[in-house]
Amino acid sequence: MFSRITRRQFSTTPSTAYKTVVLGAAGGIGQPLSLLMKLNHKVTQLSLYDLRNAPGVAADLSHIPTNSVVKGFTPDNEGLAGALKDADVVLIPAGVPRKPGMTRDDLFKTNASIVRDLAKAIADNAPKAAVLVISNPVNSTVPIVAEVFKSKGVYNPKKLFGVTTLDVLRASRFTSEVLGTNPVQEKVTVVGGHSGITIVPLLSQTKKKDFDPEVRDALTHRIQFGGDEVVQAKQGAGSATLSMAQAGARFANSVLSGLAGETDVVEPTYVDSPLFKSEGIDFFSSKVTLGTEGVKEVHGLGEISSYEQDLINKAKETLIKNIQKGVTFVKENP
Amino acid sequence: MVKVTIAGAAGGIGQTLSLLCKLNPDITELSLYDIANAEGVAVDLSHVNSPARATGHQPRDKSDQDALKNSLIGSDIVIIPAGVPRKPGMTRQDLFKINAGIVRSLVGAVAKYCPEALLLIISNPVNSTVVIAAEELKKNNCFNPRKLFGVTTLDLVRAETFLSYELNYPVEDIRGKITVVGGHSGDTIVPLIHINTEISKIVSSKLSPERLENFIHRVQYGGDEVVQAKSGKGSATLSMAYAGYRFTETILNAITGKENKALEPAYIYLPGVPGGEELSRKLGVEYFAVPIEFDNKGEAKRIIFNNNFISKNYEAQMIEIAKKSLTKSIVQGQLFVNGSKL
Repeated sequence: MFSRITRRQFSTTPSTAYKTVVLGAAGGIGQPLSLLMKLNHKVTQLSLYDLRNAPGVAADLSHIPTNSVVKGFTPDNEGLAGALKDADVVLIPAGVPRKPGMTRDDLFKTNASIVRDLAKAIADNAPKAAVLVISNPVNSTVPIVAEVFKSKGVYNPKKLFGVTTLDVLRASRFTSEVLGTNPVQEKVTVVGGHSGITIVPLLSQTKKKDFDPEVRDALTHRIQFGGDEVVQAKQGAGSATLSMAQAGARFANSVLSGLAGETDVVEPTYVDSPLFKSEGIDFFSSKVTLGTEGVKEVHGLGEISSYEQDLINKAKETLIKNIQKGVTFVKENP
Repeated sequence: MVKVTIAGAAGGIGQTLSLLCKLNPDITELSLYDIANAEGVAVDLSHVNSPARATGHQPRDKSDQDALKNSLIGSDIVIIPAGVPRKPGMTRQDLFKINAGIVRSLVGAVAKYCPEALLLIISNPVNSTVVIAAEELKKNNCFNPRKLFGVTTLDLVRAETFLSYELNYPVEDIRGKITVVGGHSGDTIVPLIHINTEISKIVSSKLSPERLENFIHRVQYGGDEVVQAKSGKGSATLSMAYAGYRFTETILNAITGKENKALEPAYIYLPGVPGGEELSRKLGVEYFAVPIEFDNKGEAKRIIFNNNFISKNYEAQMIEIAKKSLTKSIVQGQLFVNGSKL
């Protein structure tokens, strides 16, 4: 009945109907992400918003025989508010991508304002929605959303997520290449943040457990800088779009599964976290159990090696700065 | 071990089609070819944690033939979305000049480097480009009509979506109950919605002649709808990627022994497929899209078509109209190849 992709990736018997919104739907990530959400049977309403072209993308997707009504919105006629009304899940891939030589942080100037403005609209029109932030630098844009929501009195830390799933996909893929195994079977937990050295793969927790130090270092580095690999290969034409769309769709599906009351839905994600709050680090990515309220439980790191402890320490040094940057931006540019 | 090559992988359809193929665990190697950007797309896709190995191939300069060769060698399935899309006001025919040349040269390479591969043509105008492909393969003595398919799935996809909306019938239950035959443009597209008794009853009771006509028109000109909505920025990409993937998946399911829904059509050289010669004589046309049953090599085993499929006068009339347009497109395709030397 359903194509195998959808049968394999998504539940075939949705228990409820969900409205999902994609902000930045006509972009490099937004378009394939919107397609994957159109194929998700839990989604019954799909709203696509962008500065331009979202209605064209929606017309395209509206021909696909799945259970959702899809509509495109532009800034005209309160389009953003219209797109967001009654949203259950809001995905934000909007923003500009890196060029070779840039770090995710270099995107801050442009993407911070974009995310801030979208966050305001979400706070006004869909304050109860689960918000999934893809726009980089995620380490900072997630705190930006939090600060905007706080200023409007609608902040719910259980409903705000930075999407780090691509690091997880990369970790599992690269590890399987090293070990010669099926990537689908390789489960690697990735914690910390979503850029360079803030990305910490916990290889000691995989089935293999101990890697030759040289191999471990190379693998860790590849996972941390997997994004650069794609930016380089695209030679200025963009950053990861297709793999990011897949990662975003997979995470969105998990959030929807949690909202629908499925049990044991666990994904690593960058959230308002208790793990290192006492050290002034309010956001951290670790495994999270997703439920009807959004975040059900933030998992601890579990047993990690001393090598990984070292990586975590380094990650924390950078994260605290990234988070502060986001918070300060909103305070100075409300 | 299934190697799939996508020629035109960095384009609007190609990229998303490549992603969907990368997610299918039955594909072990996914080779992406384009005149630019294929390597970047491949690295992007290679991070997706499904088993397929993704590689990108693009020519270093105008004289580089190796990139295409390397992407095609050993390929089991070659999908061609390469080409330019329509702008508002254009018909698929208007694309002919450019896309005919692109398809011809790609198929020439297929004939050289992987003549045994299944060949799926998406590039418009499909009504002619499939004929071009056939003629080019014939010239190279490797034409197997059971392996050449023009992808018309998007018309069926549209028919399912629009009809389920008109009938208020669950969209995911309608698959396998209706089909679309003929060609892949305007009035060559013929939806057949009376094959299934249940659906036929609902159609007859719920659809007024006006609404039926609207439905048919929408299926036939659904492509224009998207071209208009995109205001010059392109034609259907995402829904075409989905449709192209759905057809590819149908073939992969046949190869791996999984169940398939009935009535998935493709535009084929009728006389070359069992059951097709008789239909071709009856219709008076050589190329026509019909539902196909595939064997475990992914080849067309036989056509699925009988007298019950056309049960209404208006359907017979549509077929007549489709034939006329198709005949012109077929001749155009034949002339393009045989009227010149490669």
